[in-house]
This record gives sequence, C-alpha cells and structure tokens, in this order.
Amino acid sequence: MTGMIHDASSMNALLEVTSVSVSFDGFRAINNLSFQIGGHELRAIIGPNGAGKTTFMDIVTGKTRPDSGRVRFGEQSLDLLKLRESDIARAGIGRKFQRPTVFEAQSVFDNLLMALKKDRSPFAVLRHRTGAEDRTRIEEIAAEVGLAEQLHRRSGELSHGQKQWLEIGMLLAQDPKLLLVDEPAAGMTLGEREHTTDLLKAAARTRAVIVVEHDMEFVRRLDCQVTVLHEGSVLAEGSLDHVTANPDVIDVYLGR
Amino acid sequence: MVPLMLRHCLVLIATLVLLSPVKAQDSDLQMLLQANRAAIEKASRSTIEPVLDALVASKLPSVSSFLEKWREKEVWQRKDDGRFFFARPADGGQYMLIDIATGAEAGLADKSAIDQLKPNSGVRAVIASTLVEFQLSDPDPLRRTEALTALERDANESHLEPLRGAIESETDPALKARKIRLERLITIRFGSDAARRAEAIRSFAGDLGVDARGALNPLVATTPGFAEDLPAGVNVARMLTPGKSIDLDTAYGMLVDADKAPRVVSTEARKQALIAHMADGQVGGIPVASLDTQEARDRAYMALVADGRVPPLITLEMKQAEVARYRFYEAYAETDPTLTEAAEDTLSSISLQVGFNRFLDLVLDGLSLASIYFLAAIGLAITFGVMGVINMAHGEFIMIGAYTGYVVQQFIPNYTASILLALPLAFAVAFLAGVALERLVIRHLAHRPLETLLATFGISIALQQIAKNIFGTQARPLTSPAWLDGAWVLNDVVSISYIRIAIFVLALVFLVLLLFILNRTRLGLEVRAVTQNPRMASSMGINPDRINMLTFGLGSGIAGIAGVAIGLFAKVTSELGSGYIVQSFMTVVVGGVGNIWGTLAGASMIGSLQKAIEFFNPSNTLAAQTYMIIFIIVFIQFRPKGIIALKGRAAGD
Amino acid sequence: MERSFLIRQPSVLVFLGLLALFTIGATVLSDGYGLGLMSTSFVKILGKTLCLCLVAIAMDLVWGYCGILSLGHFAFFGLGGYMIGMWLMWARTKDIVIASMATAELPATAGEIREAIGTQIFGVVGGSRIPAIWAFADSLAIQLILVLLVPGLLALVFGWLAFRSRVTGVYLSILTQAMTLALSLYLFQNDSGLRGNNGLSGLQNIPGLTDLSQSVISIWFLWASALALALGYLGTAWVVSGKFGHVIRAIRDDEARIRFLGYSVEAYKLVVFVLSALIAAVAGALYYPQAGIINPAEVAPIASIYLAVWVAIGGRGRIYGAVIGAALVSLLSSWFTGGQAPDIPLGFYTVRWVDWWQVLLGLGFVLVTLYAPRGIGGMFDRLFRKDVS
Repeated sequence: MTGMIHDASSMNALLEVTSVSVSFDGFRAINNLSFQIGGHELRAIIGPNGAGKTTFMDIVTGKTRPDSGRVRFGEQSLDLLKLRESDIARAGIGRKFQRPTVFEAQSVFDNLLMALKKDRSPFAVLRHRTGAEDRTRIEEIAAEVGLAEQLHRRSGELSHGQKQWLEIGMLLAQDPKLLLVDEPAAGMTLGEREHTTDLLKAAARTRAVIVVEHDMEFVRRLDCQVTVLHEGSVLAEGSLDHVTANPDVIDVYLGR
Repeated sequence: MVPLMLRHCLVLIATLVLLSPVKAQDSDLQMLLQANRAAIEKASRSTIEPVLDALVASKLPSVSSFLEKWREKEVWQRKDDGRFFFARPADGGQYMLIDIATGAEAGLADKSAIDQLKPNSGVRAVIASTLVEFQLSDPDPLRRTEALTALERDANESHLEPLRGAIESETDPALKARKIRLERLITIRFGSDAARRAEAIRSFAGDLGVDARGALNPLVATTPGFAEDLPAGVNVARMLTPGKSIDLDTAYGMLVDADKAPRVVSTEARKQALIAHMADGQVGGIPVASLDTQEARDRAYMALVADGRVPPLITLEMKQAEVARYRFYEAYAETDPTLTEAAEDTLSSISLQVGFNRFLDLVLDGLSLASIYFLAAIGLAITFGVMGVINMAHGEFIMIGAYTGYVVQQFIPNYTASILLALPLAFAVAFLAGVALERLVIRHLAHRPLETLLATFGISIALQQIAKNIFGTQARPLTSPAWLDGAWVLNDVVSISYIRIAIFVLALVFLVLLLFILNRTRLGLEVRAVTQNPRMASSMGINPDRINMLTFGLGSGIAGIAGVAIGLFAKVTSELGSGYIVQSFMTVVVGGVGNIWGTLAGASMIGSLQKAIEFFNPSNTLAAQTYMIIFIIVFIQFRPKGIIALKGRAAGD
Repeated sequence: MERSFLIRQPSVLVFLGLLALFTIGATVLSDGYGLGLMSTSFVKILGKTLCLCLVAIAMDLVWGYCGILSLGHFAFFGLGGYMIGMWLMWARTKDIVIASMATAELPATAGEIREAIGTQIFGVVGGSRIPAIWAFADSLAIQLILVLLVPGLLALVFGWLAFRSRVTGVYLSILTQAMTLALSLYLFQNDSGLRGNNGLSGLQNIPGLTDLSQSVISIWFLWASALALALGYLGTAWVVSGKFGHVIRAIRDDEARIRFLGYSVEAYKLVVFVLSALIAAVAGALYYPQAGIINPAEVAPIASIYLAVWVAIGGRGRIYGAVIGAALVSLLSSWFTGGQAPDIPLGFYTVRWVDWWQVLLGLGFVLVTLYAPRGIGGMFDRLFRKDVS
C-alpha cells in the first residue's frame, strides 16, 4: 500500500536510505531501516522516544557512521557515507537541531550571512565582501522568518521561538535540496507554531523537507505524508489518519 | 706433590723432635719449623717443597700467616738458639721479636743477634703457590671465600695448579662451584694445554658473567695488518678490502707507518710549504694575493714540486696503487685457530643470551618507569575522567608529597619509620590541598575546562614559588631506608634496584586499591555514575559536588604518594612535579580518559616506549623523549580517544 | 574597502595612534636619537615588549577568536628567533673570522673561512663540522624566508595532524604543549645542530652595522617592532572583522553546528593556526636580536603557558586585550623581578618581590579567571558600554 503512494517519487528519489543499521554498545538504535523521499515533498517522521529519529538524522548528516547499509543523495546519487559533515551540508542537506543552536554571541545578520549559500573555503571567505546583493537576500530571508526587525540584535537576546525561526532562516539561506528539521515546534506558543508551519510548507514547495516531531497536533497541521519509526525501523507510512488507524502504531503509542 | 706417606713421616719426625730437649713451651709451629730448620735456612726451590708440605699437613692455624711473612721476608731467626720470629724495629737499633704462633712479644734482640730469612724468588713463588692452596683449603669457609675472592680479582698462571688441587677437597657446594668456574677462567687465560683451554672456552657458552666475557674477549682481539702475501702462522680473523671494510686513508696510513710508502703531504703542510717558499710576493710563479682558492694553492704547490723544492703530492690514484700492492687483514693475537674459533662461537652464543637478558632488563626498566608514570598520572586521569578538567597543579601536588616526606625525615631520623609515616601523611596533605583547590577554584569554573586549566596553572606557579621560598632552590634529599639500598641482581645483565621494586609494588597496591574503590564501594559507584553521565547522576540523588571534591582529593592524594616515591630516587626540588606533568598528561591522553585500565595501558606504553627508544639510542635521553612525543602525537591520529575509549553516547562528543 | 573596515573598527585607529605616540615618545627620550633620558637597555625592554604584544595577538587570534588554546605558541616564536639568529651569528662570526685572517701570510680560501666559522660557532658543542641546516645561514634573504617557512611548516604539519583527528579542548592544549616540549628537548641536544643548551648568542650585534652603537640599533629595532605590531594588529583586525572572523568565532562557540552549515572546521582551524604561527614567528625574529641570545629554554612549555596567561589577563577575543595583557604583565614582571620594586618589611619577615612576584602573579591570575573572565579588556568594554561578540 505504501509502495503505491511512492511509485512516482521513487523514480527520482532525492534521498534513498537502504537497509541501514547502527548499534551503540550492543543497543541497536537503527535496525535495517529503509527510507525514501522525493525532490519536493514534506514528510513528517514520528515515533516514540528511542525510536531512532535523531540517530536517523545523524546518519544522513554524517555525524554517525552506520554499521551497514547505503545512503544515496541527489541526482548524482552521492554516497553520503563517504562524505564528512561539512561536505554533506555543502551537497545540499540542511539540518535544524532539536535545541535551537544559533551563534548566540553574533548578530542575526551575521548568523544569516554565514549560512548564505556561498563558497565556503577559508580563502574565499577571507576575501569575501558583503555586497548589496547579499544584504538584500539576508533581509528577504529575515522578513520571511519574521526577524526583519531583529537583524542587528545579538541572537542570544532573541526569544526561544525567534531562535527557532532564525535557525530555519539559516537553513533557507543555505538553500538546501533537503531540509531536516528536528522538533521545530518545541517550546513555541500557538501563534509561533502557525508561523512555523507556514514556513515549512512554503519551503517544501521548492525542496524536500523532513520534519521530526512529537506533537501530533503540529503534524496534523503540516498535512503531509507521515513515516512512523519504531525501534529503529519503519513501522508504518501514509497519511496521518491512515497511520493513526494502524493497530501496530496504536499499540506502540498506547503501550502494550 | 709429595706423596701422602712422606708427609706422615715428616710429621713423625716433628713429633720426635718434640721429644728432644728443646724448650718445652715452644709452639707446635716452632717445633715443626725447628725440625726442618736446615731446609728453611738454606731454602732452594728444589728442597723447600717437603717443608711446605709438612707445614700444610700440620693444619696449624698460624701456618698461613707465617708463610705470608716468610714470602715477604719478614721472618727472622735468632742466632743463638735458631728459633724463628717475626720482628719489628724497636728503639736503639734493637728489634722486638714476636712469637710466630701467638703474635705475642718475645723480648728484644740486637740486630746482630738475629738473621733475616731471605728466600730467593724461586722459593717465594713456591711459597706463594702453597699459600694459595693452603688458604683455599683452609678449614674456615670464610677464609676460603676470602682467598677465592682475592684470586678472582687477580689471578695468574701460578695459581692454576694450587686451585686445581683445592677443588676436590672442597665441601661447600657453592664454593666448589666458584672454584671450578675460576679454574676454567684461569685455564682460558693461562692454560698451557690447548685442548683443555678449548674445552674450558666452550664450557662458557651462553654464560652471562662479565668475568667470562672478560676472559674470552682478549682471545678474539684483533690487530690490523698487511702483507704482500699472507704469512704463515698468522691467525687471520678476516680480510679487509680497502675502501670498503677499511678506509683507504687508514690502509695507506698503515703503509706509511711501516715505511712502505711516502707520507701524504697534508693540506696544512702544503700551506706551510707555500709560506716557506714565498718570495717577492710570489710562490711558484703565482702571486700570493691570488692564492685564496684551494685550486690556486694546488697549482702553486705543483709548481714547487716541479722545481723539486718540496715533496711531491700523493694523489688518490697513487694511494690506490700503493694500497693495491698489499693484502690487508685483521689477525687474532692468539695464534691457535681452534681457540679463537671456540672463543668466537662461545661469545656469539653469549651475546645471544646477553641480548635476551638485556631485553628482559629493558622490560623491567620499562615496567618500573611505567609504575612511576602510573602513580603520577592516575590521579590526573581520575579527576579528568570525572570532572573533565585538567589540573595543571597536579605536578605541584607531587612536589608537595615529596616535600612532606623530606619534612617528616627532619623530625624522625629512622628512615624506615619516616617513610612509613611519610606515605599516609603525604596523601593527607595532598588530599587536603586538592580539596581546597577544588572548593576554592575549580568548583567555580564548572564546564569551562580551558579556564580551569589556566587557573590551575596559576596555582601551579604560585605553589612552585612558595616551595622555593620555603625550602630554597637547592635539592633536598629524601633518603630511603637501608633495606631499600642496592639492587636485586638476577645475573650480570639483569638487575633492578629495590627502590624501583618498591615503587612497582606501591603502584600495584594503588591499582588494586583504586579498582576496589571504584568497583566495589558506594563512592566508586557514584564516581562512575558522574563520569558517565553527570546530569543523570545528579537527578538520581548523587551530589556531584561531593563526588567531585572527593575524587579530586583522592587524585591529589595519590599524587602526594607518587611524590614520596619519586623523591626516593630523584632529588626533591620545587620543579620535581613539573618534570613529570607532561608525561602524566601524555599517559592520560594515550590511555584514554576516565578508566584505570586505560591509564595503566598508557603508562605501560609510554614507559616501555621511552625505555625502548633509549635502548636504541642510549647516549641521548633527550632525543628519546623527543621521538616519544612525536610518536604520541601521531598515535593520537589513530586513536584520538586513547587506547581504551568509552564508546557510544556516554563518551559525549 | 579598507575604509569601511577602519570605520567599523575605530579601536584600530585609536591603537595605531597610541602606538605611534609611544614610538615617537620613546625615540625622543632615547639615548640614540633623543634626549638620552631613557637607557638603551630600557629601550630594548620596550622593543621586546612590543614583540611580546605581537605574539600575544597571534595567541588571541588562535585562542580568543578560534577557541584553540595553544600551549605551544612559543615554539613558533622561538623558531622564528632561531632562524634569524642563525644568520646573525653566522654573518657576524664570518666578519670576525675574515678580519682575523686578513693578517695571515696567505689569503684565506673559502674552505678555510668556513672551517674557522665552524670552529668558532660549534667549538662549544665539541665540533667544527657545520650541520646541514646551516646551509643557507650565509644568506639573509633565505634565512628571512625560513623565518616564515619553518614555523609555518611546523604549524601546518602539526595542525593538519591534530585537527584532522578532531582533537579538541584540553586534549589539543596538551598536544600543543607536547609539541613545544618535544622541540625544546630536541634543541637541548648538542647534536641538534643549533648549539644545544648554549643556544645562539651575540645576536644583538648586527653584521655590517658594527660601527653603529647599540643605542641607535635599539631604536631601529623599536621602530621595526612597532611597525610589525601595527601591521599585525591591522591584519588581525581585518581578518577577524569580516565574514572569516564570524566563521572562526562560530567555530569557537559551536564547532559541530558550523560544520552542519557546510564549513570545513578543520580547514579553518588550520588556516588560523598557521597564520597565527607566522605572526608569532615574525615576533620572535624581531625579539631575539634585541634580547641578544636564544636558547632552548625559551621554547619550554612554561613560556607558552605564560603567553596564554597574558592574553587571559588582557581579555581574550579582543586584540587590544591581548596587547594590554602582554605589555602589562611582561613589564610588571621585569619590574618586580628586576629588583626595582621596594621590599615590604613585615618585622618578622621581609617580603622580597623577587621571591614573591611569581606567587602574586599566579594567585592574581586565578582571581582574574574567577572574577574577571573577560580580563582587563572586558572592563574596558564595560566602561565604553561596547557590545562584545
């Protein structure tokens, strides 16, 4: 059933994770996991604690090396397992962490400036001059995430929600092909959540977005395909209504 | 050797003489001598032997000293009754006579009334030889040992026979073994029978004694030589090829020394020749001012040669041609090839054994160094593991321990007692210092490891200077008890000093103690919990502040103990600790953090590595340390988290 | 573009102005060119202090901005000094040798001169053979290149190894300390080719300038040091003010995060480390001709730790902080240890500063770390209500 839904996108999947396993000191965090996502898709990954959601992201972004399996990305089918974190980021995968991690000692503008899609080699950066074009682009992004007024404040002074948006803004500035977003709505007010939902939906129009989330309400608002992870592998896939009707999923969430 | 029967006869004669009307209070020795009076007075090499045999056979305790004095021409004979005495000059040209048996004074005598016995050199040699045999057969094992030791130090050809004679009667097995060994050694050096010598040589195969190598090495000593044709009777060790196994210049020099070739005119000599032949600002038609290159000088010299005013230059080709006329070789001083061959074989088997034992010695050395590093580093490793901070003042805690030991010795003169007291006291003092440091400084710098590192460095320089102000800059001794002096000698190659063994034991004790504390006690459980996950630990009711304080104190206390241990073999100065701090860091880094076994592995690796590098480059411990550090930097490439690393999420990135 | 950079960094102009004033003032007061109110040895102390300020800037760049606490920067400083010292010693010895051979009966050959130089320089370590590393000592130009090349290469190789294996934090600090310890132990050997523990000496005599008195030369070096410090300050300010500066500060604050933005942390660290090593090398090359002597003790780990202390006291992450820290602590240090500070009699004990300065410095440093983690520079910032990043 899930195969039918993904037939069209699997022809040109952007990210293709095949039979990946990893264990820490005997604990199997990811167990023979396979996963695909197409070029312009919004996908939510849900699952109870310890289901392997964060480890999955760690593997895709190069932070953790799996014991076995394949991870391919993009049109050239890049083997991500052979790349370092920074190479993977440059190849077009952006990641937002669970806790907002922005460079608090630096201004919103500078944070966005660093994220802006540009040559990242040290010598190019050394020669870099921030031109009018860069400024316009940064202002655009700031406006998009709602931080236009905060551009020259130190990002450490921002509220929790604003930091989350700044981080999303930084991801947009990177202009990645694939966005990995870990619990974007955590600690947000209702209004902030709505704004965040809109941001993610808008982003998914031009790229693939994977959202890891606990909050079912937020997932429902995203209105997208859902993948349920459990004990390191895929338990169910489909629309939210579809997977929440799945007895296995109910079993996992309500406990045995 | 005189047959046994004859000896008995002589004793019989002596007994008979005893009955004759000589003064009754005469000692047995005197009587025996009187019995042989004629032979002693006119001693000759051929006639003296029965007398000596009689003396030996009498087994009188004073014979040995009499023989010694006799040989040294210190025995006198009173003319009127023919009695023998020792004597020493007294006032008024008189001599004080001394009884040969008791050593008691026996009255004064005029010089004219006594005769000095002057045995000739032949007689003296026979006496000496008898003396050796006599002493080697002395009933007192202590005297025998003494004689043997003297002989081992300085033996010659004449000792061989008496030594052989003294082996069979030996009852003490240890002394007998020593005698047999000495007999073989002397045989190698002075034996006259080639087969017997070869046998003795081969018997030392694989022997580690320095004396064996000392006896064998002269046999294989070689001298270089040359000849147009190899002369017969030369025991050639190997042929030398000029330019390869012998330097061309050295070979030519040998020819020159033997007046077979003209002497080379050195650069300096040519320069002097040029100076000597300067005239009108010119030498050999070349202006002096232009002689500032070697080529110009050579040209000028050649010009002088052409005029025949200086000896010709010896060119390389000439040297080669001269050298090519002869064959060069290295010859043994020992002419018997069977002996040199046996010696070479034996030496190579010895060197194999020596190599193996050197390796053993090296392992022991490495082990002892490793135990020092372990003691110095374990405290650091514990605090680093639990709190994630590097304590730069750790070296100063080591110093504090050493100075504590020194101060204790100022009050308690008994070294054993003072060391036994110093160990717990050093622990206590360093423990308190550590706790104070943790409470006053480190606690306030939580989660700022680099700041902690620098702040503890501030403490380190302050402590060092305070120690300097109190104890001065000169080194203070920390004396080990007498029972720790000396070394445990396994053989002539392998030995290890008792201090190092004690430190090894100390390290072992602390290894076991720490393993026990960490694995079997409540404190250990809490320490491990904080090491692995501080947040989780504190949420489970463990007070991390208390744990940090205790572990810091524990780590510092062990540093204090290490200080006493190090102070025992190194002088105590204010820089004592800083000399070990980098090695301790290395041990922690190489071993892996937060794990006793890791520290043990790190200490073993660094200790044995340092010794191994020193072994290959013994003259240069500085270079050894340099290479070791480079090795460690490279090692970190392959195991960034050390030999034993915590894995998974617990390690924290 | 330079204009906008300077406008954004007014403190750079202030610093350059102050430095110029200081240099002019010292010149006017000096023996060589001015009123003679300041002794030549004091001019040298000032010149050396400027060099220490420069190496402190290098330290600040690598630690304050990029978060790499290097405890081995004096290795680069010392190597810079050794490289220039080789030329100074060689050329000076050569002058002396040629002068002494001028009266010989035969004009000296090149080989004889070399041999005499070898005996002069290496006699003290028991040999006259000239080690291979002295091959270029005759050429000022090559030795000047080596001043940059040798420390730069060491930093490149060491940094590449260390950063590649992602050694960070205290681990990295210990490794850098090990590096400088290894270097100093190596140099302590007689067969290191650099005269073992004797080091290189007589460096204050500049070949070809023997007619000039030290009072004049000291002023020249003061100028050169001031110029180097100005350029170093300017260059470092430029580097840290741009996007590059943002990136390395981001590395300092959260290395993992900037990696996920696509920056190769290792490459940046390496660039900063090497750049900083080069600045340190230049500082060393200017320092030791003023000190007159360099020996392996100069690169012992303790010196580099002191460097970190200066920067911490001055306030890291601010270039002027590094300068203030280095100048203040090193000048105070030479004042206290030079015996000029008055003793304090307590009746039962007289506090002699020569003995107690180290204690004061150590404890003072602990207090700064505990209560003023931003150092003196941080107090400045608070005074001018500057927004720090």
